[in-house]
Amino acid sequence: MIARLLLAALLVLVAGCGAPGDDAPDGEGAQRDGAKIDVAEAGQVTLTVWDQEVRGGQRRQIVRLNEQFQARYPNVTIERVAKSTTDLNTTLKLAVSADEAPDVVQANQGRQVMGTLVEGGLLTPLDDYAEAYGWADRYPPVLLDLNRFSEDGATFGDGNLYGVSQMGEIVGLFYDRDKVPEPPRTFAELEEQLAAAKDRGDVPISFGNLDKWPGIHEFQAVQNAFAPAEQVRDFVFGREGATFATPENEEAAAKLQEWAEAGYFTKNFNGVGYDPAYQQFADGAGPFLIAGTWLLRDLSDRMGDRLRFMLVPPAEAGGEAQALGGESLPFAITARSENPDVAAAYIDFLTDANASGVLVRTGNLPAMPATDEPRGAAGQDVFEAWRTLTDADGLVPYLDYATPTFYDTITAGVQQLMAGRQTPSEFTEGLQGDFEKFAG
Amino acid sequence: MTRPPGEPRRVAYLYLLPGLALFGAFVLYPLGRAGWISLFEWNGVTRGTWVGLENYGALARDADLRRAFAHTAVLLLFYAALPVAIGLLLAGAASRTRVRGLAAIRTILFLPQVIALVVVAVTWRLIYQPTGWLGDFDLALPAVGLIGTWVTYGLCFVLFMAGVQKVPRSLYDAARVDGAGPLREFFAVTLPAVKGEIAVALTLCTIAALRNFDVVYLTTAGGPGDATAVPALEVYERAFQTGEVGLAAAIGACLAAIIFLLSFAINRTADRAART
Repeated sequence: MIARLLLAALLVLVAGCGAPGDDAPDGEGAQRDGAKIDVAEAGQVTLTVWDQEVRGGQRRQIVRLNEQFQARYPNVTIERVAKSTTDLNTTLKLAVSADEAPDVVQANQGRQVMGTLVEGGLLTPLDDYAEAYGWADRYPPVLLDLNRFSEDGATFGDGNLYGVSQMGEIVGLFYDRDKVPEPPRTFAELEEQLAAAKDRGDVPISFGNLDKWPGIHEFQAVQNAFAPAEQVRDFVFGREGATFATPENEEAAAKLQEWAEAGYFTKNFNGVGYDPAYQQFADGAGPFLIAGTWLLRDLSDRMGDRLRFMLVPPAEAGGEAQALGGESLPFAITARSENPDVAAAYIDFLTDANASGVLVRTGNLPAMPATDEPRGAAGQDVFEAWRTLTDADGLVPYLDYATPTFYDTITAGVQQLMAGRQTPSEFTEGLQGDFEKFAG
Repeated sequence: MTRPPGEPRRVAYLYLLPGLALFGAFVLYPLGRAGWISLFEWNGVTRGTWVGLENYGALARDADLRRAFAHTAVLLLFYAALPVAIGLLLAGAASRTRVRGLAAIRTILFLPQVIALVVVAVTWRLIYQPTGWLGDFDLALPAVGLIGTWVTYGLCFVLFMAGVQKVPRSLYDAARVDGAGPLREFFAVTLPAVKGEIAVALTLCTIAALRNFDVVYLTTAGGPGDATAVPALEVYERAFQTGEVGLAAAIGACLAAIIFLLSFAINRTADRAART
């Protein structure tokens, strides 16, 4: 009897529901005028902003810029909702599809977050604002492409602009000046130094891959010495005819495997965490660390002037600079925002020349052109590298943007490749298989 | 017409109502909703597409997902079988002698249960660091399993000790007078006394093994490769990372069904054993 009652109750409950996501808008983003307005004339406005600028210098810059914006426009109140990156990525979809959606959100690049929101008609295209405020002059094209989607969310890297970012990041070579008196100018010279370090008994490249994602950086650092930037971009954006099973990618995979077999990485790297690995480098374990510029502050605190930074050298001396890199989570305007024009003015304020100065002074790397210079040799190395890369249009995006499942596939693949459990061709074909499954 | 006292009456349902309402709102409704979502292809934002049982079909065809479920079979050994065996061994040994400071020992062995699993996972990650086991394709799963053994064997021991202490000492004395050795004593006196506790321990440990998420997520994130991928991790990844909410719900539903069937089987067996 009880069981039957429960069953009946369950059926009643379930029968009351429609298809999940029924309350989503029909994919038509609201029409906006997209003009540059005088915010002071906009009346009393409250902007709700969801961001993930919660750590150290990131938090300091957003707090300072929010204060400056509200001081300039006393009629605007910024309601800031700060969340960790993971927290933001997992809760954003629900928040943005609610009736009381925030006005401005940091919507992560790629198909999983931004693409899904665009498909759901939940973000406002910013192209008119970009033209009114001249955003295209602030960024190299690839950094804008990363925030572009077609209106139906199907095509990535092309179409409408849905956000702009504040900060840049590069994955390159941190090196220990005491162990690398002469930085390598070519990939071959780098390999000679790795072999020499191994002979000295150093750990040539400090590396921990227990967390899985660092493997992407290791692979792409090597990949950039083999595959042209445009080839990788075509693949990430899923452009016509793009494939992962290229000879260049296979060569890169073979080289990475060769390095692993030669013992150029930390022993048992698949069982070592990311943090212990870079701390090992900071403690002087060896000459190199492949990592992102987000470690700059931590590493310089520990190493002082011993720390330097460079891009992975090209195959030939003086070759075109290219490196894995990207930008921070872009600020986007939700389709349900009641004040998109004010929101656009706010986003403009976060990414203009004044903001660039604030970013430098709070220890960040602005994606926009910077006039201020950072302190410390490594900090200047990073700025110089960013300038070189943006001038040469040499930024190569993260491969895991390619498909929603690519992160899982490539991180597992690199672990297997570097442990010798996959051949280079099995590795490239496995990743190509993931891509084909997605492309259908 | 008057009823004899103790006869069921309709009004009883009224008393059940508050509990049932809470249970319905927070357990049955979400369960039903998850089952409903598992019948759709849904990315979490746009309108879902009805696909019927296709998500379950995809689950059955996906070799990676099948492997994740197979891994839980290995984890069952480490999370349930091994701790119960160790717990029985310790309880059997403790029953033979008057252990000094038993209360303190019990507390210490039970401590892993009290510590948040996040802390346990982070600590074990550090402990394993020099060995490299978590990065080894063959050793990673047993290494993760051993963390589970460490977490649950104390619980088993404490449960079994409670069972053993119910046994009158005279029973042990009688067994000894009859000339029973330690082994005989264990099988004739201790084991039958803790049948019920074994069922409880097995149920709790089985559930812990099957829903394992935090320990795997924080130690290996399913790696190396997918050597330690488990269903609960797949649920999280499909729902929040890759936007396959329907498939995630289907995996969750299967996991819930397996947990239900296993606990049902364990308790059924225990009931039958208790009656003999």
